[in-house]
Amino acid sequence: MSNHENSLYSKAVLFAVVAAVTVLIGTIVTVFVPMFTAGMHPKNDNLQPFTALQLAGRDVYQAEGCVNCHTQTVRPLKADVLRYGEYSKAGEFAYDRPFLWGSKRTGPDLARIGGKYPDEWHIQHFENPQAFFPMSNMPKYTWLKNKPLNASETLAHMKALGFPYTDEDAKALESSTQLDALVAYMQVIGTSVARKEAIVVDPSMIESANPFAGKPESIAAGQAIYKAECAGCHGQNAEGNIGASISDYAQGEPADTDTYITVANGLEGAMPAFAGQLSKEKIWSVVSYINSLK
Amino acid sequence: MNNEFHYDYKTVQGFVLSAIFWGVIGLVIGLLISAQLWDANLNFGEYFSYGRLRTLHTNVLAYGLGIGAEFGIFYYIVMRLTKRPLVLPKLARFHLWLFNVGMVLATLSLFIGMNQSLEYAEFEWPIDVAIVILWVIFAINVLGNVFTRKEKNMYVSLWYVIATIITVAILYIVNNLAIPASLTKSYHIFAGVNSANVEWWYGHNAVGFLFTTPILAMFYYFLPKSTGLPIYSHRLSIISFWSLIFAYLWTGAHHLVYTPLPDWIQTLGIAFTLFLIAPSWGSVVNGYFTVDKDWSKMRNNYLTKFFIVGITFYGLQTIQGPSQGIRVISSLIHYTDWVPGHVHMGTMGWVTMVICASVYYMLPAMYKTEIYSEKLANIHFWIVLVGQLMFSITMWITGIQQGAMWKMTNSDGSLQYTFMETLVRNYPYWQMRTVAGVIFVVGMLFFVYNVLMTIKKGNDLAKQAA
Repeated sequence: MSNHENSLYSKAVLFAVVAAVTVLIGTIVTVFVPMFTAGMHPKNDNLQPFTALQLAGRDVYQAEGCVNCHTQTVRPLKADVLRYGEYSKAGEFAYDRPFLWGSKRTGPDLARIGGKYPDEWHIQHFENPQAFFPMSNMPKYTWLKNKPLNASETLAHMKALGFPYTDEDAKALESSTQLDALVAYMQVIGTSVARKEAIVVDPSMIESANPFAGKPESIAAGQAIYKAECAGCHGQNAEGNIGASISDYAQGEPADTDTYITVANGLEGAMPAFAGQLSKEKIWSVVSYINSLK
Repeated sequence: MNNEFHYDYKTVQGFVLSAIFWGVIGLVIGLLISAQLWDANLNFGEYFSYGRLRTLHTNVLAYGLGIGAEFGIFYYIVMRLTKRPLVLPKLARFHLWLFNVGMVLATLSLFIGMNQSLEYAEFEWPIDVAIVILWVIFAINVLGNVFTRKEKNMYVSLWYVIATIITVAILYIVNNLAIPASLTKSYHIFAGVNSANVEWWYGHNAVGFLFTTPILAMFYYFLPKSTGLPIYSHRLSIISFWSLIFAYLWTGAHHLVYTPLPDWIQTLGIAFTLFLIAPSWGSVVNGYFTVDKDWSKMRNNYLTKFFIVGITFYGLQTIQGPSQGIRVISSLIHYTDWVPGHVHMGTMGWVTMVICASVYYMLPAMYKTEIYSEKLANIHFWIVLVGQLMFSITMWITGIQQGAMWKMTNSDGSLQYTFMETLVRNYPYWQMRTVAGVIFVVGMLFFVYNVLMTIKKGNDLAKQAA
C-alpha cells in the first residue's frame, strides 16, 4: 500500500464523507425523494381514521406480534385474489402507522378479514383456534378477555395520532377488554375497499341437481371438509354454534342448488364464501353430506 | 514499536462474553419457537407465546450476539489497525456496561409487548434512544482512534468499519422516527406505503450494514492473520467496497414486490439487487484467491475453513437473495418458509461462522495462550455446518411446497388447497428444522465451552506468572 500514500485511504475524514455521500445517493433517490411525492400518500375516499376501540385493538395486534405470522397485503396475483379477495390498494393504508403488511404467512393473510366472519367467530377463535381448525398452530389468546383496556392510555394514543373521538367512544373503552378491541380492529381491516369474491356462483353455472347425490364416497368427502372448515361454526355434530344447526337445516329439505350457492357465496358478514378454495366437486360433496343429515 | 501492554483487552473480552451470553439465550428461544410452529401447546401464556418470542429471538440474536460481538471485535481490530490503544478506554468500558443494561431492558420490553411491529426495529422509543446513545459512544471510540491513528493508511477492514458506523446511524435514526404517545408506545412518523418503503430500506440495509459489512471487516482482517497470506487483490477490495456500499441502499424495495408500493421503486430495487451480486462476489473471489496461494491451509490451519466456508455461504446467500427479488420467483417463495431458510444460511453459515473464527483467533492473542482445543473447534465446525445445511435445505423444500400449494388451481378456477391443507404439510419439515436447530445449538455449545476453557487456561497461566 506504500504507493497509495496520499490516497483517500490515508485521509480518514475525507474517506468518511465520501462513504456517507455514497450511501446517501440510493437513499435519497428511493426513499427521501418519494417521501415528498403525492404518490406515496394516497388515501381512499371512504377510508376513516381508526376509532378509539379499533386503535386499542391495533395496539394489541402490535404488542402480541401478530405481524410475525400474518400479512396484510393481497398481491395482484390470481391465487392471492382467489384466496383472500380484492388485491390491496395503496390508498387503504393512510392511517397505518406503521404499515403492518408483514413478511411471512405462517397464518393466512388478513388484509380482507374485516367483515368476513361475525364478531363471535373471532371471540371464540382467539380463545381456542383449534376448536375451528384442529391442526392449527395458532396460539390460544386466552388472556385478552381478562384484560380491561386502559382508557386514558388509549385516548392519549388517539390524541398523538390526531384521530377524532367522542365522549361516548371514550366511555365505551372503560367497559371493554383487549379482546373486544382486537375484534373491533379485525372487523375494520381492509373495509375501505368493497368486499368482492373472485368467484361468485349463480345457478346457471352449476348443475341443477347434485351429480354425486347419495354416493357414500361423496358423503364421506363432504364430512371431512365439514370437519375441517365448517364444524367450528356449525358444531362438530352439525348441532349449530355461531352458525345455524345444519341438522335442522337439513330437516327443512332445502334444494341442492340453494345449499350449493350458500356454501359457495357465503352470507354477507355471517359466513365466508368457499367458491374460491373448494372445487365444484368438493362443494357438491358438502351438499351430499348435509343431505345425509336429514 | 507498538506496546501490547496498553491495548485494553478487558472491554473486548467483556463484549465477547456478553455476546456469547445473549447468543445462548437467543438460540434457546429459537429452539422453543421452532417447536411452537408444529405444536401450539408449547405456547405458554402471554409471555411465552410465539408472537412475542419470535420477536425476542431475532432481536436478542441480532443485537445481543451479532452487534455485541461486532463491538468487541471492532475494538480489537481498530486498536491493531490504528496501532494505538483506545483513545477513551473508560468510555469503551462504559459502552460495555450500557450495552448489557440496555439488552436486559430491551429484552424485558419485548416480553411485555412493547413492539413497534417494524421488523428488526421492534424496540420502542426509549430503547431506541438508548441504542442511539450506545452507537454514538461506539462511533466516538472508533473514529477517535481512526483520526489519531499511528498508521498512515487505513486497511480495508477499517473502511468497512467506518461505513458501518455511518450507515447504521442514518438507517436507525430515520426508520425509528416516531410520534411518542406514552413511555411505552409510539407510532411510526411515516404512514402506509411510505412507512413500508422506509422500513424495508432500513430492514434490508440492517442486513447489509450489520451482517455484511462488519463481517467483511472481520474477514479481511482475520483471514490474512490466520493464514499468513495477504489479501489477493487490493484493487478488487477497493472496487468491491465502493460498489457494495453504493448499491445496497437502493435495494430495500425487493422486500415489497407485488405490494402497493409504486412499481418504479420495486423495479429499481430489483435491478440494484441483481447488480449487488458483483460486489458481493468480488469479496468472495478475493477470499478464494487469497487462499489459492496455499490450499493446504484448509487442512493445516483450523481457522481457514471457517473463513472459506463462511465466505462460500456469503457467496451463495448473495446469489440466492438477488434471485428471490425477481418478480416471478418472489411470487412463488415470498411469505413462505423459504425466506427463513435463506436468512439462516446467512446468519448461521456466514455471520456466526466468521464471528466464531474471529473469536478463536483473538482469544489466544488476548490471553497469551493457545486455544484450549483445536479438536473441539473442528467438532464445532462440522456440527454447526451440518445443522445449518439441514435447517436451510428443509426450509427451502417446504417453502417451495407451500408456495406451489398456495398457487395451485383446479380446472374450474378454484384453488386446489385450503390454507389449512397447505399448513399441515409443513409440520414434518418444521419438526426436522427443530432437530437441525438442536444440532446447530449443540455445535455452538462446543464453541462456548472451548472459549471458556481457553479463558480459564489464559487466566491460570497469568496467575502462575504472577
